[in-house]
Amino acid sequence: MIHSLFLVNASGDIFLEKHWKSVVSRSVCDYFFEAQERATEPENVPPVISTPHHYLISVLRHRIYFVAVIQSEVPPLFVIEFLHRVVDTFQDYFGVCTEAAIKDNVVVVYELLEEMLDNGFPLATESNILKELIKPPTILRTMVNTITGSTNVGEQLPTGQLSVVPWRRTGVKYTNNEAYFDVVEEIDAIIDKSGSTITAEIQGVIDACVKLTGMPDLTLSFMNPRLLDDVSFHPCVRFKRWEAERILSFIPPDGNFRLLSYHVSSQNLVAIPVYVKHNITFREGSSQGRFDLTLGPKQTMGKAVEAVLVSSQLPRGVLNANLNPSQGTYTFDPVTKLLTWDVGKINPQKLPSLKGTMSLQAGASKPDENPTINIQLKIQQMAISGLKVNRLDMYGEKYKPFKGIKYMTKAGKFQVRT
Amino acid sequence: MQEWANQLCENRQFGSKMTDSKYFTTTKKGEIFELKAELNSDKKEKKKEAVKKVIASMTVGKDVSALFPDVVNCMQTDNLELKKLVYLYLMNYAKSQPDMAIMAVNTFVKDCEDPNPLIRALAVRTMGCIRVDKITEYLCEPLRKCLKDEDPYVRKTAAVCVAKLHDINAQLVEDQGFLDTLKDLISDSNPMVVANAVAALSEIAESHPNSNLLDLNPQTINKLLTALNECTEWGQIFILDCLANYTPRDDRESQSICERVTPRLSHANSAVVLSAVKVLMKFMEMLPKDLDYYGTLLKKLAPPLVTLLSAEPELQYVALRNINLIVQRRPEILKHEMKVFFVKYNDPIYVKLEKLDIMIRLASQANIAQVLAELKEYATEVDVDFVRKAVRAIGRCAIKVEQSAERCVSTLLDLIQTKVNYVVQEAIVVIKDIFRKYPNKYESVIATLCENLDSLDEPEARAAMIWIVGEYAERIDNADELLESFLEGFHDESTQVQLQLLTAIVKLFLKKPTETQELVQQVLSLATQDSDNPDLRDRGYIYWRLLSTDPVAAKEVVLAEKPLISEETDLIEPTLLEELICHIGTLASVYHKPPSAFVEGSRGVQHKRLPATANSGESVESPDASSAAAVADAPPAVIPSQGDLLGDLLNLDLTPTTTGPTPAVSTGIQMGAMDLLGGGLDSLLGGDLGGSPAMGAGFGAPPAAMPASFAAPVSGGGLDDLFDLGGGVGLPMGAYSPPKTVWVPAMKAKGLEISGTFARRAGVIQMEMTLSNKAMSVMTDFAIQFNRNSFGLAPAGPLQVLIPLSPNQSIEVTLPLNTVGPVMKMDPLSNLQVAVKNNIDVFYFSCQYPISILFVEDGKMERQVFLATWKDIPNENESQFQIKDCHLSSDAASSKLQGSNIFTIAKRTVDGQDMLYQSMKLSNGIWVLAELRVQAGNPNYTVSLKCRALEVSQCVFQSYEAVLKN
Repeated sequence: MIHSLFLVNASGDIFLEKHWKSVVSRSVCDYFFEAQERATEPENVPPVISTPHHYLISVLRHRIYFVAVIQSEVPPLFVIEFLHRVVDTFQDYFGVCTEAAIKDNVVVVYELLEEMLDNGFPLATESNILKELIKPPTILRTMVNTITGSTNVGEQLPTGQLSVVPWRRTGVKYTNNEAYFDVVEEIDAIIDKSGSTITAEIQGVIDACVKLTGMPDLTLSFMNPRLLDDVSFHPCVRFKRWEAERILSFIPPDGNFRLLSYHVSSQNLVAIPVYVKHNITFREGSSQGRFDLTLGPKQTMGKAVEAVLVSSQLPRGVLNANLNPSQGTYTFDPVTKLLTWDVGKINPQKLPSLKGTMSLQAGASKPDENPTINIQLKIQQMAISGLKVNRLDMYGEKYKPFKGIKYMTKAGKFQVRT
Repeated sequence: MQEWANQLCENRQFGSKMTDSKYFTTTKKGEIFELKAELNSDKKEKKKEAVKKVIASMTVGKDVSALFPDVVNCMQTDNLELKKLVYLYLMNYAKSQPDMAIMAVNTFVKDCEDPNPLIRALAVRTMGCIRVDKITEYLCEPLRKCLKDEDPYVRKTAAVCVAKLHDINAQLVEDQGFLDTLKDLISDSNPMVVANAVAALSEIAESHPNSNLLDLNPQTINKLLTALNECTEWGQIFILDCLANYTPRDDRESQSICERVTPRLSHANSAVVLSAVKVLMKFMEMLPKDLDYYGTLLKKLAPPLVTLLSAEPELQYVALRNINLIVQRRPEILKHEMKVFFVKYNDPIYVKLEKLDIMIRLASQANIAQVLAELKEYATEVDVDFVRKAVRAIGRCAIKVEQSAERCVSTLLDLIQTKVNYVVQEAIVVIKDIFRKYPNKYESVIATLCENLDSLDEPEARAAMIWIVGEYAERIDNADELLESFLEGFHDESTQVQLQLLTAIVKLFLKKPTETQELVQQVLSLATQDSDNPDLRDRGYIYWRLLSTDPVAAKEVVLAEKPLISEETDLIEPTLLEELICHIGTLASVYHKPPSAFVEGSRGVQHKRLPATANSGESVESPDASSAAAVADAPPAVIPSQGDLLGDLLNLDLTPTTTGPTPAVSTGIQMGAMDLLGGGLDSLLGGDLGGSPAMGAGFGAPPAAMPASFAAPVSGGGLDDLFDLGGGVGLPMGAYSPPKTVWVPAMKAKGLEISGTFARRAGVIQMEMTLSNKAMSVMTDFAIQFNRNSFGLAPAGPLQVLIPLSPNQSIEVTLPLNTVGPVMKMDPLSNLQVAVKNNIDVFYFSCQYPISILFVEDGKMERQVFLATWKDIPNENESQFQIKDCHLSSDAASSKLQGSNIFTIAKRTVDGQDMLYQSMKLSNGIWVLAELRVQAGNPNYTVSLKCRALEVSQCVFQSYEAVLKN
């Protein structure tokens, strides 16, 4: 099982270590550093590294490497999932997961890691349970603690851990009972030069924020549940009911959680919200290149496309770019050669464009590669797959909760080749 | 570190008193002293702050062990946080202060009785983490109580504690019966307890490969499946991994397990999903393919696998490595999902390369156009490694999908036109492979390739280009000029290029002998006289000799038709693939190696096999049988590298049995030096040796050694067959022959598995082998040779494998042996090094024969001679052995031994103890005398052996034991 954990920052310093079994010397990380040095980009460090006696499994989050050390055959996904859980927990507790935040809360971090694993076996990883065991630090609580001498360690047995619904603690009370659901969809797509779609798929999630008293039993039904044929559920969802009736029936955890994530891959269901007209050319022998980009809305069902951000990694030979945006602002970083254009909202009447020239290194040959354009965008109040919630009902409790459902579409890895 | 401390100091100046970073600032001198005072303070608050500081120092790797007694003093407190902090400290430092740690024991024991289950669990959990022997003694009683605690939270913690304790002191855990208690917990009412018990047992089982700790039967499986639905995600992983080790009794049970596992495919935790995929992939093997459910299951597997690819890159990587295995085993699952493997330009490189590999595996006629368009796109990306791999992928597509070959070639030509150096080089390497797959089809492009000759600077590309020039010399007008230009810097080239250049020029010479005589002489002298590389030198000599003795034969050898290559070379060997499918989701699946090959501490991992398909004729060994075979005896070692043996084996001819009078010609010439030697050596040596200078030296071994190895007379080849017949009918010959063991596993011999044993039947020593073809191509041209060995064992005839061995076929071969081969003392004495050759390669392995096969039939000594000899042999040559647990009477033992040519000469009975005097004679004339003492009612025999050659005693004794016990 998981032996040890090292946290390594971007400059290659180990700033925290935790051992769940015998102590493994820090020098084991040298193999990691070697791999880190070989990698051209920080994210190219291979996630599984073997050393003579150990295996190092790492994830990179928030510019921190979480390096787990294992000694025997352990499923790597198990380790990676656990590391993600550690990151999520830190973020949940400290608001951000940065080196500074971890150092500022090192004792809580240590206590958390101790509760999350026992002898390398996961112990308590649900945020609800952890928060009962170790109260998250808040300014107020720290002050109270210093004055009264009380601690942020819970004295109670985490009740949820033993009940049939381990994800929910008992005795939850709210004065305002509310349940909010966000349907968020991300479009991953590759569009080729000519504008036709090579691949397109939707990664959707339904995130919930449920603050309800007692033990509510919720059911959520969809107008078009057939869209969801590839889904992953939170453990609280009753799978049998879904199989039989296509209804989500569950006792929710308290607070924020991801109810389900889904994947729509059949291409005819994936609408492409924007199109890009581009003309990026370099001429042989000339020290200038043309850059011409126009964006327009495509299949948006009448909704506005907002927060559009275009970025492109220009070839290494480009020295500078002299461009003229019709709206928004652009920046070009001559070191990383990254061009970003913050477009904002697309007005269908007046399409945004970015035109101008790029200066190339004099005498250098024309770049071999074509830049790829990355697009980020947001569309409010619409799930691009067309998924719609039909109704939300609550059983088991008497009060009337406040219910809300929000839809949002974003671009995930949306790439246009030129 | 210093910088960081400074930064923290600054933080403090800004008054960030709320955070823990203040604990790091006390790095100055006297800090320990200060902390000590604070720890002993009366104020609770100050104490706690001090402990926090200590923990903070410990976290960043500072040594605060000196504070041990002071910290332990803080342990007796009602404050839970303080208690936890002290526990944290204890776990870290108890090892270095074992005597002090004892002080903590009482508190632990008391805490284990606390009314609050949280404290009970915490205490038992912490005690298990303290790796001090003295403490573990005290742990047993509290642990026993906690395992039966009324609170499931405590039970589940205690279950893990058993695993911890086992890690520290395995014997103690077994003695105290904790393993049985743990097994009982599998039937616990609480799913979390079940999951943890399974996890603990699985971990313990790893160090006990043969124990039946996780004895899976339908009842336990049922319990596990019930717990599976209710436990946490991590528990589900443990249970699924455990389920995967079970072999269902029939297809119905298999289906019902699959049905209960499928819902896990929709879990949000990717590790759960992958473990579920493993169980399904394994149990699916047992389902009949015509079953409706089989099809349903196949359809259900695709979406979760695709979903894994939308996760974080690290998860994607592991998922992709596993998908790579899955598409090889069951391509139908993902055949319509090609697009999800298309590469996004900002994927990390390790994800890109894996996706590319899977794209090629999924490439088919239906989607090849799309794949090629993508690959061409990738070939213009920035990352050099990725671009190279993409170009290579185009070549692999051409080889895999025949219909696309033309398109691929034109794509490659387009890429060559880009003149990007590494793209051109990579393209040339793959075009060479395409030529080998589709000869005489695309040679029109050679002209284009030749244009780029000068830009090639990588050895592999140069070698490929030279090969092309040599192979198609007759179509390239200036082939001689081109090759000559390479020859100028011959000594600066890498070996790969040198070897290719040598071969290419010889080919050129054979095709255009008139103009190139000078060139060929130049290269031969460069290779043989000026080179230190033995491979190059030997290949040079062989060509030289071939050309000088028989140019016609040379032509037939060098310009022989080459076997076509196929895409199968990229596939994982089926046996390995089967094993890896059983290990989906593990490190093994990431490295594509069996766990036994690399995981430290997995002593004697069982090789997992897929279960046999229901109602199909395939004979797959059951896992039990294979593990039994692995345990039996010391497994024979496969000699890993050819290098050290080469010297000895060069003496041996590896003539295939099927070859006619001109073996050199009929053997397809291959590129390895070894093959050349094996194929052509004997005929070459038979010829005129005067052709070139320094001839003998080139071969390292003096020719005088030759006759011995050739001398194996084919005496009684026919006779053996007759005896064989007798044996086949089932005549009880009496001689002991050990069961067959696997000498070479298929993985180590490119799909050829050899198992075998030795026997002596009617005075003839026989090597009985089973050759199994586990590869995907037909095997032919089998031949065998032995290295020199202690008793001069040598094959008395060729290996009789007359029909080609098709895939998945096995053949039984009996090889008669004689003992007139060359002798060299081996260690151990009965070690035999064997080389087996087939059309694919030469494989080396070593095995041990029971020395009893060497006991000859006339080994019965005269009584008088026996007495005289016994006295004559000095006492220091006597060795005594014990044979335990043998329940034969002395007469039965005597007759049994006689079957193996161990003859009883006299028997004496003293005080109810039978003494048997026995003699045997080895094939090389060594006599061994023995005294066997058998006490009625005592299962332990004593053997005393006397022999002038003391070193055989150990082997003889082993034979006694083997014969008597079987």
